[in-house]
Amino acid sequence: MKIRWFIYILVALAVAVPILAKIYFPVKRVSDSTRMVYDYIDKLPEGSVVIFSFDYGPSTAPELQPVAEALLRHCFERNIKAIGIALWPTGKLLGQKAFELVGEEMGKRYGEDYVYLGYRAGFSTVMLQMGEKIGKVFDMDYKKRPISQFPLMRRVKNYKDIDLLVDLAAGDSVEAWITYAYTKFDQKLAAAVTMVIVSQLYPYIQAQQLVGVIPGMLGAAEYEKLIDRPGFGMLGLSIQSIAHVLVILLVVIGNVEFFLARRRR
Amino acid sequence: MGVWIAALLTLCIYSFLYKDNPFYKFAEHLFVGVAMGYSAVLTYRDGFVPYVWRYLKAGFTGEPEKLLIIVPTIIGILFFMRFIPRLSWLVRYPIAFSLGLGTGIALPLGIQANIYQQMYGTLSPFGALGKLSPFQIFNAVLMVIGVLSTLTYFFFSAEHRGGIRWVSRLGIIFLMIGFGSAFGNTVMGRIAILIGRMRFLLSDWLHLVR
Repeated sequence: MKIRWFIYILVALAVAVPILAKIYFPVKRVSDSTRMVYDYIDKLPEGSVVIFSFDYGPSTAPELQPVAEALLRHCFERNIKAIGIALWPTGKLLGQKAFELVGEEMGKRYGEDYVYLGYRAGFSTVMLQMGEKIGKVFDMDYKKRPISQFPLMRRVKNYKDIDLLVDLAAGDSVEAWITYAYTKFDQKLAAAVTMVIVSQLYPYIQAQQLVGVIPGMLGAAEYEKLIDRPGFGMLGLSIQSIAHVLVILLVVIGNVEFFLARRRR
Repeated sequence: MGVWIAALLTLCIYSFLYKDNPFYKFAEHLFVGVAMGYSAVLTYRDGFVPYVWRYLKAGFTGEPEKLLIIVPTIIGILFFMRFIPRLSWLVRYPIAFSLGLGTGIALPLGIQANIYQQMYGTLSPFGALGKLSPFQIFNAVLMVIGVLSTLTYFFFSAEHRGGIRWVSRLGIIFLMIGFGSAFGNTVMGRIAILIGRMRFLLSDWLHLVR
């Protein structure tokens, strides 16, 4: 058997067995960047408005969907109003799913407590126009109903009425939100992003352009701990820890083997 | 039915671990086709219909000011001239328009967001040194050293000899740490995706876990 098959089987087992056995490791520490987002939302007064932008697709949903759900639960628990939009076509259904699931679970009323506006093409144009009038780019919700019929949307005109915008992102949309919404309109921003892009966003926290960053599945687990509602994030992080130990072991074994082989030559 | 299709397509994609094969190719091509079709339909339904078609209809039925939408629509249509060889030169106009507009909007905001504000972030801790803990001061100093040495590495107008060489070597170390961190995060992200798929297969498809 080739060595790579051995590695594939080990990795598959390291992921499958903890899922079947439902192994949960406690989350003992919460990173500063996740706590900053939590604290910011937690300090918002009741009735504040948070926009969620779903800028990711199904391939990154395991990392970001649990974060979206945890953030929505936190907002609804604190009676904070939520508006959902998607600038990625593939984000539309994921956002809809998160809003419908958590909205129903928390007994929130559509139109008063939350509204989902769906997808709009245009990216930076959408971001800029939202600063003038959200209704200019989102005049209907995801079911093609005019936004004027929703009490929540009647009091939200542009960024001035938004207390926080959270970008759930798998690409470069966070930088675009910083450039167009924060720099031009002074809109407070937070981000929940995949692990692949998280490193490049930390400098924006230091420069106070972002309130905080929630890093992928790790952030989901941390946020679930903060709101005390364990979910897929916590399970996922436990499995990830096991898989990481395996990866580290394999890297060490690979290096030892490499140096031994070189010495033999 | 949907779960079965998704599960079989997942297995088709993972079959690439064995080697490139027709099942993988089928799933890959299907994915690209479906993604493009979905985006096209969504852009037509949520973009073209409400923001072009509806405006045109209103323009011809009593709200003539809405006919202004014809101007951006024509600019947009010019992008498609690329497919007509005789008229493909017309594509230069929408590209020039987009580039000019995009650069005009993005440049000042981009400089503000990515240079001025970042410089502020790097230097601002030194304005409040008295309020910082020793560890925070260490972090602030480390960050300035990292920024300066990394910039020195990319400074090619002077030969990297003597002091500059050592500073740029330090820059390489910072770069390597950055790459290592990014790579570690990438591994973490990829495993998260595997966890998502595996959970789908074991839970939604095989019902081995609830």
